[in-house]
Amino acid sequence: MKNTKAMRHSGPSAELEAKGLHRLAGERVLLDNISLSVHGGDRIAIVGPTGSGKSLLLRSLAMLDPIDAGEVQWRGESVHGRDIPRFRSQVIYLQQRPALVEGTVEENLRQPYFLRAHRDKHFDRERVSRLLSSLGRGDSFLSQHQRDLSGGESQLTALLRAVQLDPAILLLDEPTAALDSDSTAMVERLVIDWLSEMPSDRATVWVTHDDEQSRRISNAMLQIHDGKLSKDVHERIR
Amino acid sequence: MNGYVELTNGQVALAGLLILFNGAISIGLRLQMEPSLLLASVRTTVQLLLVGLVLEWVFRLERWYVVLAIGAMMTLIAGLTAAGRNQRRYPGIWLNTVISIWASAWIVTSFALLAVMRDTEPWYDPQYAIPLLGMVLGNTLNGISVGLNTFTEALVTRRDQVEAQLAMGASRWEAALAPIQHAVRTGMIPIINSMMIVGIVSLPGMMTGQILAGMAPVEAVKYQVVIMFLVASATSLGTVSVVLLSFLRLFSNDHQFLHGKIK
Repeated sequence: MKNTKAMRHSGPSAELEAKGLHRLAGERVLLDNISLSVHGGDRIAIVGPTGSGKSLLLRSLAMLDPIDAGEVQWRGESVHGRDIPRFRSQVIYLQQRPALVEGTVEENLRQPYFLRAHRDKHFDRERVSRLLSSLGRGDSFLSQHQRDLSGGESQLTALLRAVQLDPAILLLDEPTAALDSDSTAMVERLVIDWLSEMPSDRATVWVTHDDEQSRRISNAMLQIHDGKLSKDVHERIR
Repeated sequence: MNGYVELTNGQVALAGLLILFNGAISIGLRLQMEPSLLLASVRTTVQLLLVGLVLEWVFRLERWYVVLAIGAMMTLIAGLTAAGRNQRRYPGIWLNTVISIWASAWIVTSFALLAVMRDTEPWYDPQYAIPLLGMVLGNTLNGISVGLNTFTEALVTRRDQVEAQLAMGASRWEAALAPIQHAVRTGMIPIINSMMIVGIVSLPGMMTGQILAGMAPVEAVKYQVVIMFLVASATSLGTVSVVLLSFLRLFSNDHQFLHGKIK
C-alpha cells in the first residue's frame, strides 16, 4: 500500500486491492511491487508514457496476465483459481480494441448471459433501450451487424455489453484512444451514466493518455513510470 | 485370383522410366526441378527398399519386443513430424503431439489386433501389427497436424475475442470453446471427406495393393472398411487429445490465456 496511502478511501474497506504486484520480463521489471486499492465511488485515472506499464497494471488487476509476485484481493479475500470467473464478472476489464462476436449488436449483448458466471441474470432489452436512448440512439442500433459498425459504435457495444452486467468496477484500458471526439463523448457519457446509477458502490479505473480526459472522468489520478506508481502524484481533483 | 505377378528389378526400373516424362516437362517449362525429381525418385526407391528389408527381418524374427520397438519408433517420428509441420510453436508442443499420436494410434491399433482381428497368432503378428499401425499413424498425423495448426492459429487471430470473454467472467473452457470446436472439426474433415468418396472417386492404396497381390476384391474391401474405421477413430482421438493438451498448456488454472507462449 506504500504507493497509495495518501489516497482517501470512501468506503470502510477496499473492494479491490492489489498487494505488491510484480512482473518481470527477463531482467526487465514491468511492474515494480505495485499496491493500490479501489473502493466504491472511486474514479481513478492512470496516466503515464507509452510502455510505462499502464495496460499491464490494469490487466493484472483483472488477473488476465500472470504475475511473478503479489496478489489481488476482492472484498478482503485473495482471488485465485476457480474464483476468478466470478471475480471477473464483478470487475470487468474493457480492452482498447473492442472484440465483438459475429452477429448483431443484440446478439453481442446477449452473449455474456451464456457464461456460467452470469447465468443468474438475464438480458434486459428495456434497460438497454433506455441506455441507448440516453445516448441518442434508437432500438434499430440493436439489429445492426457488428461488421457494419464504426469503431466508436463497436466500442459503445462492447461497453454496453459490460455495463449491462452490473459489475462493481470497470477497468477501462484506453477505450477511446482510437475514437473521434463524438464517439469519445458518447463512451464517457455511458460510463458516467452507469456510475451515477449507484455512485458510491461503483468504481472505475481508467487508463488514458489524454490529460483532459483524465480530468473529466476521474476524481483521483495515479501516474505510472517504468512500472512504478509514483508517490504522492494522485490528487483529488473534484 | 490366386497369387500375383512377381516383379523383377528390370520391371521396376521400367516403371521408373515414367519419371522421365516429369523430367521432360521440367526441362520444357524450365522449372529447374530435375535435381528434385531425381532425388525424390532415388529416395522413394531406397527408402521403400530399406523398409522392405526391415520388415522382412522383423517378420522373420517375430519377437514382440522388436515389433513394439519398431512401432514405438514409427510413433515417435510421426509425433515429432506432426509438431514440426505446425507453423506456430509453444513450449511442450513436441510432447503433446507425441502423447496424442501415441495414445490414439496405439489404443485403436490394439483394439483392431485384439478385438477385431483376434484370430491373428500371436497377437503382435508383425504382418498385421506394423502395417495397421503405419496406416493409422499416417492418417492420425494429418488430423493432429491440421487440428493443432487450426487451434493455435485461431487463438492468435481471435486473441481479442478470447480475452474479452475471459474479461467478462468466462472460464478458460468457455473462452476457448469456439477455437477448440473449430480445430477439432477442421482436423476431422479430411477423414470424413475421404470416407464419403472412397470407392467412388478413389480406390485406396491398401485395397488396391491387396487386390494386386491376389486377394479377392470383397475380402480386400472388408480390410479397407476396417482400416477406414480405425483411421477415423484414431484421427478423432488424436485431434481431440492434441487440442485439449494444447488448451491446458495455453490457458492457466487462473483462467488466463498465456498468449505469450505461442511463437
